[in-house]
Amino acid sequence: MSSQDIPEENLPATHGTAVAVADEKNPFADPGLPPHEHRIQDIDERAAKRSERTVALLFTVSMLATVAFIAAYVAIPKEKPIYVFPLGHVNALNFTLGLTLGTALFCIGAGAVHWARTLMSDEEVADDRHPIAAEPEVRAKVMADFRQGAKESALGRRKLIRNTMFGALALVPLSGVVLLRDLGPLPGTKLRSTLWAKGKLLVNMNTNEPLRPSDVAVGSLTFAKPEGLEEGEEGFQNEIAKAALMIVRLQPDDIKDKRELEWSHEGIVAYSKICTHVGCPISLYEQQTHHVLCPCHQSTFDLSDGARVIFGPAGHALPQLRIGVNDEGYLEALSDFEEPVGPAFWERG
Amino acid sequence: MSTTETTESRSRGKAPAGERVADWADGRLGIYSLAKANMRKIFPDHWSFMLGEVCLYSFIIIILTGVYLTLFFQPSMAEVEYHGSYIPLQGQMMSQAFSSTMEISFDVRGGLLVRQIHHWAALIFLAAMFVHMMRVFFTGAFRKPREINWLFGFLLFVLGMFTGFTGYSLPDDLLSGTGVRFTEGAILSMPIVGTYISFFLFGGEFPGTDFVARFYSIHILLLPGIMLGLVVAHLILVFYHKHTQFAGPGKTNKNVVGMPLLPVYMAKAGGFFFLVFGVIAAVAAIAQINPIWAIGPYRPDQVSTGAQPDWYMGFAEGLVRYFPGWEVNFWGHTLVLGVFIPLVLFGVVLGAIALYPFIESWVTGDKREHHILDRPRNAPTRTGFGVAWITVYMIGLVGGGNDLWATHFNLSINAVTWFVRIGFFVGPVVAFIVTKRICLGLQRRDKDKVLHGRESGIIKRLPHGEFIEVHEPLSQDALYTLTAHEQYKPAEIGPAVDENGVERKVKGVQKLRAKLSKSYYGEDGQIPKPSVEEYKEITSGHGQH
Repeated sequence: MSSQDIPEENLPATHGTAVAVADEKNPFADPGLPPHEHRIQDIDERAAKRSERTVALLFTVSMLATVAFIAAYVAIPKEKPIYVFPLGHVNALNFTLGLTLGTALFCIGAGAVHWARTLMSDEEVADDRHPIAAEPEVRAKVMADFRQGAKESALGRRKLIRNTMFGALALVPLSGVVLLRDLGPLPGTKLRSTLWAKGKLLVNMNTNEPLRPSDVAVGSLTFAKPEGLEEGEEGFQNEIAKAALMIVRLQPDDIKDKRELEWSHEGIVAYSKICTHVGCPISLYEQQTHHVLCPCHQSTFDLSDGARVIFGPAGHALPQLRIGVNDEGYLEALSDFEEPVGPAFWERG
Repeated sequence: MSTTETTESRSRGKAPAGERVADWADGRLGIYSLAKANMRKIFPDHWSFMLGEVCLYSFIIIILTGVYLTLFFQPSMAEVEYHGSYIPLQGQMMSQAFSSTMEISFDVRGGLLVRQIHHWAALIFLAAMFVHMMRVFFTGAFRKPREINWLFGFLLFVLGMFTGFTGYSLPDDLLSGTGVRFTEGAILSMPIVGTYISFFLFGGEFPGTDFVARFYSIHILLLPGIMLGLVVAHLILVFYHKHTQFAGPGKTNKNVVGMPLLPVYMAKAGGFFFLVFGVIAAVAAIAQINPIWAIGPYRPDQVSTGAQPDWYMGFAEGLVRYFPGWEVNFWGHTLVLGVFIPLVLFGVVLGAIALYPFIESWVTGDKREHHILDRPRNAPTRTGFGVAWITVYMIGLVGGGNDLWATHFNLSINAVTWFVRIGFFVGPVVAFIVTKRICLGLQRRDKDKVLHGRESGIIKRLPHGEFIEVHEPLSQDALYTLTAHEQYKPAEIGPAVDENGVERKVKGVQKLRAKLSKSYYGEDGQIPKPSVEEYKEITSGHGQH
């Protein structure tokens, strides 16, 4: 029974094998089931009656609560608010339906449990357990049957049948795997490009107007999208998930990174709004330090220093968009992002 | 119920209708043999045994309310303009999934209640499974013959997490969409296959227009289908193995002491279903959950602060939040270790608790059946490991809510993150040591109580002036209960040389096993329980004190 390298005597004796009577010899022996103690309901019929009435009362309350539930469903208008201390204003229908349903259910439960605890027999009974493993004879019979069956199938002897069958069974699930192919297109280079391109105007996300440098005040944070991308149009969600832009204006002297300065316009810098960690939109800007913080996982980027990561789990800086001003004085992109936006992936490089 | 009775009643006329129905069913289903074995089946009583019932009942409640919700929910990401009765969102663009969830919340009477019951029940389901699993762990109920049932339970917990995640992602609101984006980012971090899996899962680039419909079929069909099968198997095994019980007078490894299924457990367990349902319904009436109208529809370029997943995903969230942002670039590829390692750790931490029963049975080499539960103190190493595991889990939860800890307790977010980073390594070690010491202390106290009796609080003055506290000897019942546990001896590798003086070959695994066994059951692993001789020597001596 025990494993090969641990001797039997290392295992403790199985408890309860010898039902020793507690005596002088062994004070720790099992004294056996304690005698049953009667509850008040077992000996006093009046107490039992009281229990019966309590149970019946609980069931009756449940019935009333169900009636109240139906009445509330019919009578209370669905948008009516109600003031309940200390919750404040809540929806009257939801509140009443929930409490009546809760009461109806709870009282059934409480009634049943009270009934079981006070009126049904509480005498503990012992039942025998039987070992889960089969008796040796049963085991021998099963093994013999199996051997017989295996022999009759001749699976071991006719290797050709066996091997081809295994081959067929191994291959057939491939069809299922192949069928999954059309779940989506192959990635290709889709993650490497966004809607931004040379000459695309930067459009204010809130006003839907193209931005001029004068619209971006020092210390403000502006969200922008590429021109031509309109909410509600097909593909908007996919495009904005990559093209979302945040624009801040720094004092050009404050910009520490040389490339950042080159790609900016009069201190206006444009960065991808999508965090390089797992893709949350970054939305918290601390204007004194020029730090932006992703509210999801607290990655913090320094916008005055190439948006490098200064804290948190992000792995690389936010991609910057090269911007300039067109002939009419509007801010425009000078190219797409030079690296993929958003979270890193295997092919990113 | 005997045959003579039936014939007798038949001779006087027809048998009662119930009996005739039962006979009819028995002739076709053989229900009498099933009932013979189970109708008066004995169930032991202990408060901790109802934790599993909470799991089962909340699962049933989730299915009932979930079916209702499918009658109204539209799993589509087609963009529509909202024209329902919630005025602040009127005219806004949103997916049909969001707008139909709004309809359930505002235009279907009782819809909000059912939605809230469904969501609350899901949170309670996961919490109950967690606590139930810990109960099973700390009492050693996972030992033979129940290892497979432990795995079934573990699978239910993991599948429950993913069913919950796919469920709360369905309304396509700003919060859940952010969670889906996080998942997409995590999938992208997988080397080689990540980008492909992401494109196949979302039908192209994130967010696409497919994931709600796909999550929907996973959430209402695939995962609950598997879970229902596992729940049934779990329950069949509970019946088949018979329930475990704590040591006590009359309770042995060969019997099961308690009350019969019919009527006591039928009433108690059946009643408890209604209690659980009633409480969840009341909670759903009082406590608002996931108010999507206040959160708004999902836009990939918008987010709110304090975004949190449902609690059971918080541990995974924490791993991702506090792991440093390591990225390795080579040969035109990026290895996103900062996200991928947490993803792996998530599986490793969960896997550690799942595999523990097999590790313990390998260390003990014990192949016998165990139906008597351990008190956690009597298995200090196991208890220490369990508490260490919970510590890792809880530190993950703290890390997952690092922003909330920072804002609610006026702490620096950087400090919270660093605390969690260090705590991930130090916390479990400290927890293990402390727990093991507490367990050994409690074992010593038990030993003391057995040998010297319990403190009675009575101070007695002896004739020569000495004061002593009178200790009362324990009852036979208490003596048995406190000494009934088994104690293993550490496994030994044996001498280094055989009888001929030739060096024996000892495999590395065996050495490891002997070492583990020693730490489990050696001098520092347990306090030897009092022996009959010790007890007799003390009690027959100069009285009890």
